[in-house]
Amino acid sequence: MSERDASGGIDLHIQQVRRFRLQDVLFHYSTQLFAFVVLAALLGILVSLTIEAWPSFQAFGLSFLWTNVWSVPDDQYGALAAIYGTVVTSVIALVLAVPISFGIALFLTETCPVWLRRPLGTAIELLAGVPSIVYGIWGLFIFAPLFAEHIQPPLQAALGDVPVIGGWFAGPPIGVGILTASIVLALMVIPFIASVMRDVFETVPDVLKESAYGMGCTTWEVVRNIVLPYTRVGVIGGIMLGLGRALGETMAVTFVIGNANRIVGSLFAPGTSIASTLANEFGEADPGLHIASLFALGLILFVISFVVLAISRWLISRSMGSEGL
Amino acid sequence: MFTFKNLAKASLAAAMGLAFSINALAADITGAGATFPYAVYTKWAEAYQAATGNKVNYQGIGSSGGVKQIKAKTVDFAGSDAPLSEDDLDAAKLVQVPTVMGGVTIVMNLPGFDSGMIKLDGPTTADIFRGAITKWNAPEIARLNPGVKLPDLAITVAHRSDGSGTTFVFSNYLAKQSLAFKRDVGAGNTVNWPANAVGGKGNPGVAANVQKIKGAIGYVDIADAMKNKMTFVALKNKAGNFIVPSQDAVADAAAGANFKVRGMAPDLLDQAHKNAWPITSATYMLAYEKGDPAKQKGVVDFFAWSLKNGQKMAEDLGFVPLPPAVVKMVEAEMKNIK
Repeated sequence: MSERDASGGIDLHIQQVRRFRLQDVLFHYSTQLFAFVVLAALLGILVSLTIEAWPSFQAFGLSFLWTNVWSVPDDQYGALAAIYGTVVTSVIALVLAVPISFGIALFLTETCPVWLRRPLGTAIELLAGVPSIVYGIWGLFIFAPLFAEHIQPPLQAALGDVPVIGGWFAGPPIGVGILTASIVLALMVIPFIASVMRDVFETVPDVLKESAYGMGCTTWEVVRNIVLPYTRVGVIGGIMLGLGRALGETMAVTFVIGNANRIVGSLFAPGTSIASTLANEFGEADPGLHIASLFALGLILFVISFVVLAISRWLISRSMGSEGL
Repeated sequence: MFTFKNLAKASLAAAMGLAFSINALAADITGAGATFPYAVYTKWAEAYQAATGNKVNYQGIGSSGGVKQIKAKTVDFAGSDAPLSEDDLDAAKLVQVPTVMGGVTIVMNLPGFDSGMIKLDGPTTADIFRGAITKWNAPEIARLNPGVKLPDLAITVAHRSDGSGTTFVFSNYLAKQSLAFKRDVGAGNTVNWPANAVGGKGNPGVAANVQKIKGAIGYVDIADAMKNKMTFVALKNKAGNFIVPSQDAVADAAAGANFKVRGMAPDLLDQAHKNAWPITSATYMLAYEKGDPAKQKGVVDFFAWSLKNGQKMAEDLGFVPLPPAVVKMVEAEMKNIK
């Protein structure tokens, strides 16, 4: 009686174990499938972009990358002006945004009164949620005229005669242009970088900071020698997130960059970016080389973003190795 | 009280409603294309549905998008600012008729100057828009404006950054006025603007740039220019008169044009009428020669109704109605949509 019970129990057990194993296997494969969907989408985008862009690469070859011509009437295309605009606006945006974000994050985690932390933190997150078209409209209708009226003339007066740098501020102060786009972009990426920085600064164990303070360190010394080394990886990650967003930003840039397919040394001059060229010309592009070249631009943006991501991964892994984290 | 009689009435009403909606469904038509006539087509569709119960759905996806869609047979009609050539029409078996007209105006931002106070002719305008004249007090501009004290201000050219029918019409006009413009800038939906140019997205984008940048000159379609209360440049027409753009001046340009050509797309630029606004254009509707009879009838009915009843609506929106004689020709041409 009791034997049968026991053996029945073991059978039940085996069945249950089998069922669980089957469930595990199914679970494993279905989640694997989901993960591969991402990979398939990525590859699919890459392949379809390449196929659509092929006629352009065939016609212009690799020189498409460094040709400074974008002429729809002559059906001649080169990506240099768009690449230049994309890179320059993103880099200037980061140069402006990183110190400010750093300051915001430090204030919020180190010196901010506790009652102010939550409202300030929420405000930054809200800013990150504002749709980019809103930044674009604000940039075009409010910021650009103010910039032309009150910031560009003094900048020009102060720096216009300095060799090399003076050339960056040449030309009529018209408000829209590369620098305006960079500033609007900086405003857009500050919340992203600042909130990531704040989150990683908060992960620094209090005991580390307190011991440093106990040794008589100033706040800056604590930040410099404890917080930053501890959070280097996260800080780089946050900056790269901001860079990624700046590179691909479309609508806000389209509104304020001035949309001129050429390279002018001045930052006051209108320029273009890859994303804004796509936004402007896709709707009415002629079939043939024009469409193919726009797809080629898309592919280039894809590659640039990929390279940025790869560099940030590499930086992170390198610094992780050296810190022994 | 719930009686048998009431039930009968209700079911009859329901049946009628059903029949009516099926009927309406059958004649629902879809169009896509140019954004320029979007406002007027949508207004017409609304009024047409209120009057007849038939639904018309128009999507402003751009002229070339519309032409692609109709060639792919995914819509019942298409809108295009750039008319198709006779060969294209024959090859794709399409009928093309104008529906409404508009003009492209030249607008400026010169502090202290009102509409019409600056006079330009075609070649000078072309030189400005190709970047050969870069100051407002250039001798070429001064010559056309004797006695006017022109400011020493840099010219900024404001243009459309997105490919557009407005650019198509404007650049074609300037290319006719100046070979140098045709060579340097070109003519089409997207062209090569000079170094002192700044691009804005859509007519509102150009309007905003002109209004914000001192010394700017740009081109905006007449409806948007009037909505934004912009300052117009007076342009010399073929008869030698300086014209400030208005709906009447556009209508005068159309009055002299000969629409009796295949595709009904005469060149409306630089017409000879003494009050004609030189940069006048029409927007076109494309439909199949043969197709699903219910849909085809839907397209013809909608445009016939709109041309008969919708002219005032078009005018209120800043468009210019077709002259009555041209409306008659359009009605005749639409008999080919079967």
